[in-house]
Amino acid sequence: MSTARLSFPRPPARPDQAPDFSAIVVPQAGALPVPPPDLDAGASRPFATGMIRVLDDDGRAVGPWAEYLGDLSAEPLLRGLRDMLRMRAVDRRMLNAQRQGKTSFYLQCTGEEAIGCGFQRELSPGDMNFPTYRQQSLLIAADYPLEALMGQLYSNDLDPLQGRQLPIMHSARDHGFFSISGNLGTQYVQAVGWAMGCALRGTGEIAAGWIGDGATASNDFHSALLSASVYLPPVVLNVVNNQWAISTYTGVAAGQSETYAARALGYGIPALRVDGNDYLAVIAVSRWAIERARNGHGPVLIEWFTYRVAAHSTSDDPTAYRPRDEAKAWPLGDPVDRLKTHLILRGDWSEDRHRQAEAEILDEVTTVQKAVEAHGTFVDPQPISPAEIFRGVYAEPPPHLRRQRQEMGF
Amino acid sequence: MARMTMIEALRSAMDVKLASDPSVIIFGEDVGYFGGVFRCTAGLQARHGEERVFDTPINESAIVGLAVGMAAQGMRPCVEIQFADYVFPAYDQITQEAARLRHRSNGQFTCPLVIRMPTGGGIFGGQTHSQSPEALFTHVAGLKVVIPATPHDAKGLLIAAIEDPDPVIFLEPKRIYNGPFYGDHSGKSVPWASHDGGEVPEGHFVVPLGQARVHREGAGVTVLAYGTMVHVAEAAAAAAGVDAEIIDLRTLLPLDLETITASVQKTGRCVVVHEATRTSGFGAELIAEIQEACFWHLRAPLLRVTGWDAPYPHAQEWDYFPSPARIARALLEVGKD
Repeated sequence: MSTARLSFPRPPARPDQAPDFSAIVVPQAGALPVPPPDLDAGASRPFATGMIRVLDDDGRAVGPWAEYLGDLSAEPLLRGLRDMLRMRAVDRRMLNAQRQGKTSFYLQCTGEEAIGCGFQRELSPGDMNFPTYRQQSLLIAADYPLEALMGQLYSNDLDPLQGRQLPIMHSARDHGFFSISGNLGTQYVQAVGWAMGCALRGTGEIAAGWIGDGATASNDFHSALLSASVYLPPVVLNVVNNQWAISTYTGVAAGQSETYAARALGYGIPALRVDGNDYLAVIAVSRWAIERARNGHGPVLIEWFTYRVAAHSTSDDPTAYRPRDEAKAWPLGDPVDRLKTHLILRGDWSEDRHRQAEAEILDEVTTVQKAVEAHGTFVDPQPISPAEIFRGVYAEPPPHLRRQRQEMGF
Repeated sequence: MARMTMIEALRSAMDVKLASDPSVIIFGEDVGYFGGVFRCTAGLQARHGEERVFDTPINESAIVGLAVGMAAQGMRPCVEIQFADYVFPAYDQITQEAARLRHRSNGQFTCPLVIRMPTGGGIFGGQTHSQSPEALFTHVAGLKVVIPATPHDAKGLLIAAIEDPDPVIFLEPKRIYNGPFYGDHSGKSVPWASHDGGEVPEGHFVVPLGQARVHREGAGVTVLAYGTMVHVAEAAAAAAGVDAEIIDLRTLLPLDLETITASVQKTGRCVVVHEATRTSGFGAELIAEIQEACFWHLRAPLLRVTGWDAPYPHAQEWDYFPSPARIARALLEVGKD
């Protein structure tokens, strides 16, 4: 008689159950030191299995990573707070627009704003992100014009991509944001290739790969880690662990792995695991990793530990597979609330100013949205020329595309 | 001019580009120090350095994925997949990324990339060293697909492919790496040194993509072929005594429909020959295009001589590989009034 039994990982709670995050260990803020920039994989084990946190439960910035940030003035933190509020306002308005049929599709990043907003502010011009569809926060923090961002979502004549791409599949080379593909994982190894190009040319620029917890199961996650391990290019490999891949609990992607960060150690790549809802931890670790890569110490992997508060997309209903109020029970809280609390504690912010900022930002976003909608929406389209279908398939249209365009009447 | 094998011609093309363009970079499995399992990159690492020519892990998706990232930045990677049969782990990167990058980013990012891969049968390569997967690439908008039949064209087309602003799938018929093959497998091999196609300029020259070549002028029947089959068809026509006009397509995508239709409208008959399996193969596309463009000129049904719709066998190599005898039968059949 065989005693072999298969394992089928399941989440701690389903819709009819109370949220349960008791299995998640949340280490004390400030517990981990700042490693040297030439940290190797073996020595990074405590960082890959622990969690770097700066803000404690009261909102104080504590420990070596707070000291690493130095005499941090209020200005960059207030800018980070505004970035996140702006991101949240855009998500809110665009979710609304989708519900009104003004755009066909949208994806929020609620709860994950700190990661992209913080990381982007530590990059330099010329550095290139290889994002997924849930890193619009990189664009917000890169001060990408909302007109272009929303134009893409509405596929109107402000769309830099001329209506060819599904909403949220942005591309903004001048803002360090590589063209998003619907095919998961592919961009992770491309980021390594781009970084190899940076090194070969001696540009001093770096690349940043982005992937979600579910997509770490894709072939190209392995391809990227192995390639980065072989050639040691200046790349920061980010894993955003938001606990869910559509309806699939993160344990299905993780299997018996210790953490996603720990996977890098097997490739000889050092890795850090970070509280993704702690804006100060995000900017501190981003700064460390980006400087490390730029100074020629090779690749590094960062697992950002966070929670996907919103539905996967506007086509998804998370109440079908997880408790309705699971986000409220998430032990790492909300990134906006935590930074707000910290700034108030420092005396650099107040509840009043926060409410005022929220209203101002929502007003600004709504004003841009209305102006963009004047250029057409799904409800009220001002169509882009169908000839755009054929432009850019190749640098020059070959004869068969010229014939097809003529057949269409253009 | 020099006499070169196809291997030497391909190596010369890469050497010329490595020397003239610092953005050109060569990588793949065993292409670096060792110089490639077919010797196509022999000596290139020693001459141009490890940063320009290097070995990769055995991971086709990484080879192409890294190349897409580099090409997007403005480099010109010319990468190798050891056998076309092993390209499939990279299919996602080729078809969903490289092919679409320019279009989906509205030109913000482009993909000037060449993917070289030895293709085709006739070498007792069995199931995974003989396939001809060209149709799996000609079906993908945004790719160019090239396959040379002579050393001269191999060099000129490869330089053109490396200089092309779009991704190019560059298929190299390994059966004719060392000499033309006429379908006679009795043992007597022919070197490129005794063939006009082995005359290759030493420096820089291009054979433009998208242009077919009339391999042999004729009035009786048009034969459309590419790669090894150009030479097999030539032998078959001679054996059958048919005045065939043999067109070496050279580029499958974009297709030189002008040269094809001019020939078929002249002869009124056409046989398509390829090694790849028949159903939904590239021959189907050729026949459909000719039917649309030449219907009123046709004097006989369009015929195909192809590999059978079965995985490429080992022991039955010459029963599978389209033989001169099969092609000759088709030429005589299509020539009947």
